Amino acid sequence: MKFQVEPAPHTFGSKPVPEIMRDVLIAMFPAILVYVWYFGFGIVINTVIAAAVALASEALILRLRGKNLSLYLGDYSAIVTAILLAFSLPPLTPWYVTAIATLFAVVFAKHLYGGLGFNLFNPAMAGYVLVLIAFPTAMADLWIAPRGMGDGLGLGQTLVAILAAAPPDAWDALSSATPLSRVQSDLSKAMTMSEISSEPMMSIGAWLWINLTVALGGLYLLFRGVIRWHIPVAVVFGIGLLATVFYFVDVDRYPSPIFHLTTGAAMLGAFFIATDPVSAATSTRGRLIYGFGIGALAYIIRTWGAYPDGIAFAVLLMNMTVPAIDYFTIPTAYGTRDD
Amino acid sequence: MDKRTAEEIPGQVDDELTPTKKPSGFYGGLRLPTDKHALAGQPLREAPLADEIVLPLSQHAGLPAIPSVRVGQAVLRGERIADPDGFISAAVHASTSGTVVAIEDRTVPHPSGLNAPCIVLRPDQEDRWCEPDPVIGAYHTEDPVRVRQRVRDAGIAGLGGAVFPTSTKLTARADVHMHTLILNGAECDPEISCDETLMHWRPNDIIAGARIILHVLQVNRCVIGIEEDKPQCEQALRTAVSEFDDDRFEVVRVPAIYPEGSERQLIQALSGHEVPSNGLPLDIGFVCVNVATAAAVKTAIIDGRALTERTVTVTGQGVREPANVVSRLGTPLSTLIEVCGGYKEDAERLVIGGAMMGFAVGHDNIPVVKACNSVLVMTAAESRPATDIRPCIRCGECARVCPSKLLPQQLYWYAGSHDHERLERFNIFDCIECGCCDYVCPSNIRLAQHFRYAKAEITVRDADRERAQLAKHRFENRDKRQTLDANERAEQLAEKKRQAAAALDIHKRRQVIDEVMERVKAKERASRNQDSTDTR
Ligand code: SF4
Ligand code: SF4
Repeated sequence: MKFQVEPAPHTFGSKPVPEIMRDVLIAMFPAILVYVWYFGFGIVINTVIAAAVALASEALILRLRGKNLSLYLGDYSAIVTAILLAFSLPPLTPWYVTAIATLFAVVFAKHLYGGLGFNLFNPAMAGYVLVLIAFPTAMADLWIAPRGMGDGLGLGQTLVAILAAAPPDAWDALSSATPLSRVQSDLSKAMTMSEISSEPMMSIGAWLWINLTVALGGLYLLFRGVIRWHIPVAVVFGIGLLATVFYFVDVDRYPSPIFHLTTGAAMLGAFFIATDPVSAATSTRGRLIYGFGIGALAYIIRTWGAYPDGIAFAVLLMNMTVPAIDYFTIPTAYGTRDD
Repeated sequence: MDKRTAEEIPGQVDDELTPTKKPSGFYGGLRLPTDKHALAGQPLREAPLADEIVLPLSQHAGLPAIPSVRVGQAVLRGERIADPDGFISAAVHASTSGTVVAIEDRTVPHPSGLNAPCIVLRPDQEDRWCEPDPVIGAYHTEDPVRVRQRVRDAGIAGLGGAVFPTSTKLTARADVHMHTLILNGAECDPEISCDETLMHWRPNDIIAGARIILHVLQVNRCVIGIEEDKPQCEQALRTAVSEFDDDRFEVVRVPAIYPEGSERQLIQALSGHEVPSNGLPLDIGFVCVNVATAAAVKTAIIDGRALTERTVTVTGQGVREPANVVSRLGTPLSTLIEVCGGYKEDAERLVIGGAMMGFAVGHDNIPVVKACNSVLVMTAAESRPATDIRPCIRCGECARVCPSKLLPQQLYWYAGSHDHERLERFNIFDCIECGCCDYVCPSNIRLAQHFRYAKAEITVRDADRERAQLAKHRFENRDKRQTLDANERAEQLAEKKRQAAAALDIHKRRQVIDEVMERVKAKERASRNQDSTDTR
């Protein structure tokens, strides 16, 4: 009898990469439902556009690089990038903006670095930040008022708005700022937090619920062992610590830590973006530092920066520090402590 | 999974092991699924006498033994047929009576699949023993050195799998204070149950052997580490200890986490101390001996019999009736499989050792040796797929489970770029090749294999450098040498000869390593072509 000769170990207990990515998709699902409830079908359409562009460009590049198409396309990582992008972009983002962001994410941020596993930057955030800088008005002005404030948009109207790349009629009645940008602009008009909080949009629970369901998905990932607690906890701690300190310094000029943790991309950043293993620090200690850095930078950018939300920039900035963090956080190997 | 880090463990090495405090476990590791307990309680089977017995000269760590018999010579079971070559080596004994028919190269159980010198016996089917050595019943009044010599004469090497010559291990060193003997009752791979069976059926032999070892070492303390999922064995050993009424013994339960059977991890779990990198347990006063080795010591001293057989676990989905089989050394694996009802149709992989650290072999005409604790027959369904290898996504799961606290993902990166400097800075030589990292890797990367390869590469590089250094040194000394007087010249000549011999040895080693690496490369090429992906 002839037997197969393969290196040890001969057994395995891992969760393959495609299964990890599938878990991420499952974890995102409830948050997408809540998002649709508050902001209409924009996120779904954007996801479809982004996923199509991501898969097509990934397939093309894999072919050009002579890689095994089914092995790499089947890892779902392109879809995950697409969803993270759609989650970050405003619901009525013109189709070509979404397409450009995705293309940049997949082609430049991911494949020019060597593909999944080699990218220095988080692809979704790189794509998002590119269009944030390139199309500032689209990014700022295309948020619609959440359910409970405006009338909302039907599927047809949303589709037209995205594909025609123009806001629907009577846009002024429909559009709304996000709480983060509202707070930022109001504070710059020297309003106090208590005045701002009494505005109607601040009591709409849209962002609270979205963040809570995202966090729920994150807990699912923790439970499934897809992510480990270090990064999310460190991000939350980073935002929370700074927010608490400044909140107590001046309650009127700085929003509460609860507000910071439940608006914008706080939870998405903590559980889904910062935890992207490829672009994160690799040791346990490194990950705590990395996560804290993201949380702290996000708060700083939100509070003193030019953009209402800082998660994307914070992630990219910390991505750059990863090699240094990794270098300084090499664990002490067994038996080498006295060296 | 135990996530306690070493930071919680006192760094200072003192003489006292404190196992009565809760054993602290070790970093990383895996809780592997196991179903061996059904096997451990079952009666042992016995392998029949094969038509041919093949005894490799190198069944132990160190230099191969030197044959002391001629072809055609008749031998009895227990008779010494090869002598140890130097301090780190072990004797080989005939495992049955018969005639030496050849001394030649045969396939030996080795990951390289290479052939090596063996003594081949044709059994006369009578299995007659030679006269037993005089029994040392009252060993405790005997000179420890003499007892140790008997351990050496019996050809005993660590039966846990590392097969380090036991008499060498039991030799005290002047510069360290030896304080504790650890009996390793933790199995290396979870599906292996030969030690468990032994603890179950022969606990008194183990304790008796350990008492002899305590005498040889002149140490007054023996801690038996046993995994928490083997309560019956623990009970059996406790009973045996109380029968001997020996208060030097202590039985301590440790968590059943792979690789608990690795002595470094077991020592950490029991004492909280880490064996220094590049060092031995002896450096911090411990001697660690497998339970089966202790039982073999008892057989040698009390019964006067050399090591001629061992218990082998034959298991896996691919074999019909898994069992623990007592086999003479040199028995072909095929005989063991027959004893266990033969292969199932879907048997696909034959592994010597466990599923985590064992090595696969291509056929079963390979002899059982001292190291052979298990034969595992795996089916396609349970064995790790050879394809679908993806790039590392830096998830860090590997680092989370690495008992050596390394960063396998970084080592993998540097191994790919042959960055030897960084590999050493990231402590590749502290990798114990346990395969925990492979086991959890979502990208199915053969991490441990890359590390074995990288270590071999660095070893070869170092040997090359050494040789170059040597040549340079000799060249520089040429002028000086001409003025030396005759006496010195003679001395230098001798030295030169020694160096040449050493260089030759390095050269030979290098050849072997080259061949192994060639095989590894061919293997990798093959699998790469198979799934037509390039991971790097
Ligand atoms: S487990 Fe595998 S994929 Fe994850 S970091 Fe380690 S080598 Fe990379
Ligand atoms: S094989 Fe080496 S690197 Fe991998 S877990 Fe074991 S000791 Fe760590």
